[in-house]
Amino acid sequence: MSAGERSLAGWGRQPRTVGSVSEPTTLAVARESIAPAHGGSLIPRGLGRAYGDSACNDHGRVVVCERLDRFRSFDPRTGLLEAEAGTSLDAIIRTFLPRGWFLPTTPGTRQVTLGGAVAADVHGKNHHHRGSFGGFVDVIELCLADGSVVRCSRDQHPDLFFATLGGMGLTGLILAVTFRLVPVPSAWVNVDYRRTRDLEHTLATFAEHDARYEHSVAWIDCMARGRRLGRSIAMHGSEAAASDLPVPWRGRPWDLSVRRAHTFPFTPPCSLLSPTTVRIFNELFYHSHGSGRRVVDIHSYFYPLDGIHHWNRMYGPSGFIQYQAFFPRESSHAGLRRLLGEIVRSGAASFLAVLKSCGPADGALLSYLEPGHTLALDIPYARGTIDDLCHRLDRILLDHGGRLYLAKDAMMGPTTFRAMYPRLPEFLTVKRRYDPNHLFSSSQSRRLGIE
Amino acid sequence: MPFRPLFSHPPKLPSHPVILVVGATSLIARELCRRFAARGWRIVLAGRRGDALEEIAADLRVRWPIEVTTLVLSPQDPGAADECVARANAAVAGGIDGVVVCHGKLIQEEDRFLSPREIRDLIDVNFTTAAVILGTAAAHLEQRGGGFLAAISSVAGDRGRQSNYNYGAAKAGLTAYLSGLRNRLAVKGIPVLTIKPGFVATPMIAGTPAEDSVLTATPRRVADDIDRAILRGADILYTPWYWRPILLIIRALPEAVFKRLRM
Ligand SMILES: Cc1cc2nc3c(=O)[nH]c(=O)nc-3n(C[C@H](O)[C@H](O)[C@H](O)COP(=O)(O)OP(=O)(O)OC[C@H]3O[C@@H](n4cnc5c(N)ncnc54)[C@H](O)[C@@H]3O)c2cc1C
Ligand SMILES: NC(=O)c1ccc[n+]([C@@H]2O[C@H](COP(=O)([O-])OP(=O)(O)OC[C@H]3O[C@@H](n4cnc5c(N)ncnc54)[C@H](OP(=O)(O)O)[C@@H]3O)[C@@H](O)[C@H]2O)c1
Repeated sequence: MSAGERSLAGWGRQPRTVGSVSEPTTLAVARESIAPAHGGSLIPRGLGRAYGDSACNDHGRVVVCERLDRFRSFDPRTGLLEAEAGTSLDAIIRTFLPRGWFLPTTPGTRQVTLGGAVAADVHGKNHHHRGSFGGFVDVIELCLADGSVVRCSRDQHPDLFFATLGGMGLTGLILAVTFRLVPVPSAWVNVDYRRTRDLEHTLATFAEHDARYEHSVAWIDCMARGRRLGRSIAMHGSEAAASDLPVPWRGRPWDLSVRRAHTFPFTPPCSLLSPTTVRIFNELFYHSHGSGRRVVDIHSYFYPLDGIHHWNRMYGPSGFIQYQAFFPRESSHAGLRRLLGEIVRSGAASFLAVLKSCGPADGALLSYLEPGHTLALDIPYARGTIDDLCHRLDRILLDHGGRLYLAKDAMMGPTTFRAMYPRLPEFLTVKRRYDPNHLFSSSQSRRLGIE
Repeated sequence: MPFRPLFSHPPKLPSHPVILVVGATSLIARELCRRFAARGWRIVLAGRRGDALEEIAADLRVRWPIEVTTLVLSPQDPGAADECVARANAAVAGGIDGVVVCHGKLIQEEDRFLSPREIRDLIDVNFTTAAVILGTAAAHLEQRGGGFLAAISSVAGDRGRQSNYNYGAAKAGLTAYLSGLRNRLAVKGIPVLTIKPGFVATPMIAGTPAEDSVLTATPRRVADDIDRAILRGADILYTPWYWRPILLIIRALPEAVFKRLRM
């Protein structure tokens, strides 16, 4: 590797790539780094929380946006915030939660940038009510392949707006984002826990309660087989009023005194997650969460994993993939049953299996959620067998009209991709319009045949 | 394991002091300003590019309800440094209580001799302008009877090396100048901080081999160190701390050995 070249991977720590990295510190420098004179394809990168290779560009250029982290303006009457694309959700929460504002919807980690949130059109636990992040975005300021800067929105360059939302960095470098924060009565969530017996019961619990709660998520025990397949702890959450809080916080409902995060200190020589350890963990988790209500702070409810930095290291040096599947409502029961059955049969232990409900799509051309359910699970990477397993899982998805989430994908092939994303041709038309020479390209986009 | 000097006294400051940050567009300064603002300190951002200063000011204002002013020091104006402190004093009610000088320029001189122009430029940017601003600020603070001075020098000023002795010489001059000011202002209870970073991951060293060194620190870590040193009223800060022992060894090498090393 020569100067400026770095070994890069996504959060799943594989595949590993080599990229020539630049880290602009101002928007002006970021724009210069696009200049065609520099040559070679390029992909923007945020905090690298996408699991696969979407923010990697093997033997190409990678523009890391982390340092484009300035706020530009905030309007306390409307909640409209404009900030540079490298600003992390963490910085936004730190600044605005103490003033009573929170993200309208949030992924399961605070450590993502605004650019990454827009490029993957991320979703939270309230998709069934609020849709994905893009629904709250008013303006995207984008640097195009020719170095020009455009501001796109639903009215200005709508084609570019809906291709950039969920467009995985392939339309241009997002410089700044204007989006809406929402007022919250406190930094806490009222959570109702419900233990379910099997998949049918889990989905019935969602169907019964989703409408009444802002947030809905279930943790599924992937070790449970047979008639227990799909048993879970469902966690429905709604905003907690100041009067619901533990006494010490009632007078200061937005003040979460800094909680200390722990760091997973090193990469063990092999994965710590053997089928046995996972089975024990899952058994404990399932039985320790009874049914009932608790008031939980925002960090514990939305970001349980952010408490341990680099938790991805526990999968050992070979890394892991996260398989996140979407099934439309009509077929989600049958699809989820087959998918879970396949996972259980394969013995590929999953530490996390998270089920969420989804609502209407937001018009982004490559966005992947519609009314239905999405299931995300981790699979330790095992060369050889994992390709096979993923192909079988993809097959199940295709049979049920399902789709894979690009922010998690590390394995999919071009044919599967085309079959799952019917609006791909529209996306390609817009991409060719604004990036005729395919300057913006990632390891993922080449794997998926986006040329 | 930061080094704690024996005799330091925190600076005397009002509850919302005004700090003049020169070279505010530097990445280290950007991080430092956020720490000042989080405490409610008011800031005058000085630098040569108005638009870049405004971006920083906007960020600070959105984050904290504080007063931020910008001061453009035109590079075309040779007297810009002379007027800097006076203009900052005029720009904010009550005048300034502290100064941090952050601007600096590095030219790699590994494989060539610099031109006369480059040599003058390096000494002018790294030493002369810094000295002029610190000198005028010292007079102002002495009269006011409180506050603090701080400037970013460099470990490169501790011993001249073939790869950057023009830069190093200017920084050595700055280090000596700060030591003199400290000596002079100590009796007035005005601390003067000499900041000596090692490698810091900023645009200054982008593209040089130092960028990928294991010793290279983040601007955040360095800004944390500087912020704490200012609050403590420290004298000399090596940041991160490991540069202190490293430089102890480098300074102790006999010249006969040192002159043959490639560094
Ligand atoms: C623990 C964990 C939990 C998660 N939970 C969820 C969840 O609940 N819901 C969900 O939707 N996602 C979730 N994710 C995925 C994550 O939200 C997305 O992958 C997000 O895109 C990561 O943002 P990033 O800043 O790290 O971007 P990166 O991972 O660095 O990049 C992701 C994509 O965004 C593009 N991109 C980044 N910055 C820019 C820019 N400035 N301009 C143009 N393109 C850009 C990249 O090119 C790449 O295609 C989770 C991830 C983790 C690790
Ligand atoms: N990075 C390191 O490894 C390192 C190590 C030791 C010491 N330092 C010192 O740390 C300080 C901050 O630097 P940094 O690392 O944060 O680098 P940086 O982000 O590149 O900042 C450099 C700063 O110096 C200003 N500057 C550059 N050339 C100038 C000129 N000719 N006239 C006036 N101002 C000029 C820049 O202003 P513009 O934004 O307008 O260009 C900018 O504010 C400097 O004094 C540097 O010498 C750095």
